[in-house]
Amino acid sequence: MADHSYAHAPRPLGGSLFTPLTLLLGVLAGIAGVILLYRLFYGLGAVTNLNDGYPWGIWIAYDVVVGSAFACGGYAMALLVYIFNKGQYHPLVRPALLASLFGYTLAGASVIFDLGRWWNFWHIFWPGYAQVNSVMFEVAVCISAYIVVMWIEFSPAFLEKWGMKDVRQKLNKVLFFFIALGVLLPSMHQSSLGSLLVIFGEQIHPLWQSGMLLPVIYLMTAILLGFAVVIFEATLSSTGFKRQLETPVLTPLSKVMFGLLAAYVVVRVADLLLRGALGTAFAATWQAFWFWVEMACFVVPLVLLATEQARRSAAKLFVGAVLLMLGGFLLRINGFLVGYMTGEGWHYFPSLAELMVTVGLIAFEILAYIVIVRNYPVLPAAQPVTR
Amino acid sequence: MSETYIEETAEAADTVASRLGINRREFMQFCAATATTLGLPTGAEAAIAKAVEKAKRPSVIWLHFQECTGCSESLLRAEHPTLEKLILDVISLDYHETLMAAAGHQAEAARKSAMKANKGKYVLVVEGAIPVAKDGIYCKIGGHKAIDMLKECAADAAAVIAIGSCASWGGMPSTEPNPTGASGVADVLGKPVVTIPGCPPNPYNFLATVVHFLTFGKLPDIDHLGRPKFAYGRIIHEHCERRAHFDAGRFAHEFGDEGHRKGYCLYKLGCKGPETYANCSTIGFGDVGESNWPVACGHPCIGCSEKGVGFTKPIHMTAQLKGMSPPASYPGVVEQQGKSSFAAAAALAAIAGAAAGGAAMLAKNLGKQDEASAQKKGE
Repeated sequence: MADHSYAHAPRPLGGSLFTPLTLLLGVLAGIAGVILLYRLFYGLGAVTNLNDGYPWGIWIAYDVVVGSAFACGGYAMALLVYIFNKGQYHPLVRPALLASLFGYTLAGASVIFDLGRWWNFWHIFWPGYAQVNSVMFEVAVCISAYIVVMWIEFSPAFLEKWGMKDVRQKLNKVLFFFIALGVLLPSMHQSSLGSLLVIFGEQIHPLWQSGMLLPVIYLMTAILLGFAVVIFEATLSSTGFKRQLETPVLTPLSKVMFGLLAAYVVVRVADLLLRGALGTAFAATWQAFWFWVEMACFVVPLVLLATEQARRSAAKLFVGAVLLMLGGFLLRINGFLVGYMTGEGWHYFPSLAELMVTVGLIAFEILAYIVIVRNYPVLPAAQPVTR
Repeated sequence: MSETYIEETAEAADTVASRLGINRREFMQFCAATATTLGLPTGAEAAIAKAVEKAKRPSVIWLHFQECTGCSESLLRAEHPTLEKLILDVISLDYHETLMAAAGHQAEAARKSAMKANKGKYVLVVEGAIPVAKDGIYCKIGGHKAIDMLKECAADAAAVIAIGSCASWGGMPSTEPNPTGASGVADVLGKPVVTIPGCPPNPYNFLATVVHFLTFGKLPDIDHLGRPKFAYGRIIHEHCERRAHFDAGRFAHEFGDEGHRKGYCLYKLGCKGPETYANCSTIGFGDVGESNWPVACGHPCIGCSEKGVGFTKPIHMTAQLKGMSPPASYPGVVEQQGKSSFAAAAALAAIAGAAAGGAAMLAKNLGKQDEASAQKKGE
């Protein structure tokens, strides 16, 4: 099965698929499925709180924009391991890639449910229908391509399980190409997700309308989120599957993350100062409130993980990663919903059904992750914790 | 189109143009405009040009009965061609009470001689309704009753064209209680004739019909009421420039209200566009383009060309929708600007709380592990 050329060769975890957790996740995913089916037949109005002022809600802002950023673990790790040649992080790549795989696939699928005339979704891939100058087109095609690339990148895990050595060997020869694409594509569309806001101009609150710097801000936070998610997910799966903590690998990783975080905070604050937008952060508005929460989520980890000592603590790493994820989440939600000012009187708050779909989507991702790591070689072979 | 054909057409155009005393360009514009009104394919304007050149000017006898001469007036205002050039030169107008120079017995003699000379070949145009009550005594010209004059002239005509709503189906004079028994030409003659209803009708619908007769030797296709299909094949509503407002449920409710000023649909002010067959919404009036017809001016269509609608239904009575049914529901004019639900807010709070709690518990446990490993190292 797995080749044993290196000590941490991934192995299936094994174990039962039916636990109270997986059943709960299954039920949540099932509820989301039913709601989505209802939406396909009865339309967006029947399920969501979308209106003419807010043509997109959490299905885009969370499921696609935040969801794909949370799914940047695979991208960030590939960038680190293959581009910056940091081989010691290799054991983290495959689990990160798996999380990304479902994050992205479901983000892509969510777009279909958010389209009013969803049966026309294929038009964007069809020459003559597609508007090739639009940022939305770039995002759509790039994300779709990346989903395919990621499945190819991840396919060795399946091929190992199914014993298809020949295919595996042939794939190995060309895999570098897909890995390169797997780094290029997210760089393109994660920055483009920021560019989407550029064209909204003054409809976006000055705290989030960074103009031509938006792509930079979104790309930096996407990579940042990628590292944070890897730490979060590694900690969670070690605890959940009762395995040794991966802190020794995560500590140096968090140093990279810390450097990037410091750079991001500088860029973000400098942008606000130079545009003269910081003043609006002191107004008594919801936007200002959520801005400070968002900034706190970025600044607190900067303090928390400042020393090498602190970065050796699994607890601080975890808290820092969670805060960063929250910060990245808020940056996107703030930009796309909270700071989206479409005119007097319009407001949007997701309906219960919308929320349940998002919850179900997350549940499905976790469920799929559990099923795959139990059955396919993803997590590095390691001894269970002996305590 | 072959080259010789173009040459012939050009020649024809030159001949006619000089005969009519207009320049060639104006003449070709007339032919093209007429071909378009008739809905004929490209190239038809050439056939029209040739026909107008070659055809011997047909004799036209134009009778006036119960009417206001509005139809003749609107024809006089036609710009391409100007009536005095084309109608008087392309056709030979041998009898027209308003336009002819002759008067009295001289005029009646002109009619008799034209009928005799062009027996079976002249075109009879009737303007105005014919009173039939009390043996038709309500309208007499030169001592002859209208009903007798019509029957006499129609007997030997090659074609009979009823212009205006009065001649077509009785029009305004036939409005209840109709003491004179005003009737349309077809009713009096007991056979179908070509009708160009309208009050007044668009002059180009009449001109196009005449030119069609000259070009093809027959009258255009007509519907069951004798109306040329090219002009009366569709209801006004179908091609109305305000139709989008109707479909979106945006209506003017009274004159001068916001909707009226914004040019919304006039249906609720009684516009009869949805039950009136005519091409007013596509060709307009007075040669000034589409800004000049009742609806474009902000007044509802009164259905002047439609029997049972114009001069019958009150002007502001809501029209009966023909050949179409309104959608089951209209998109709202006032869009809901967003709704909130307590359940969703509560659910979101619960999810956030659970996630925060879970993360805190996990962090606490990790902290204990950190301490344990630190102690181990310390030992």
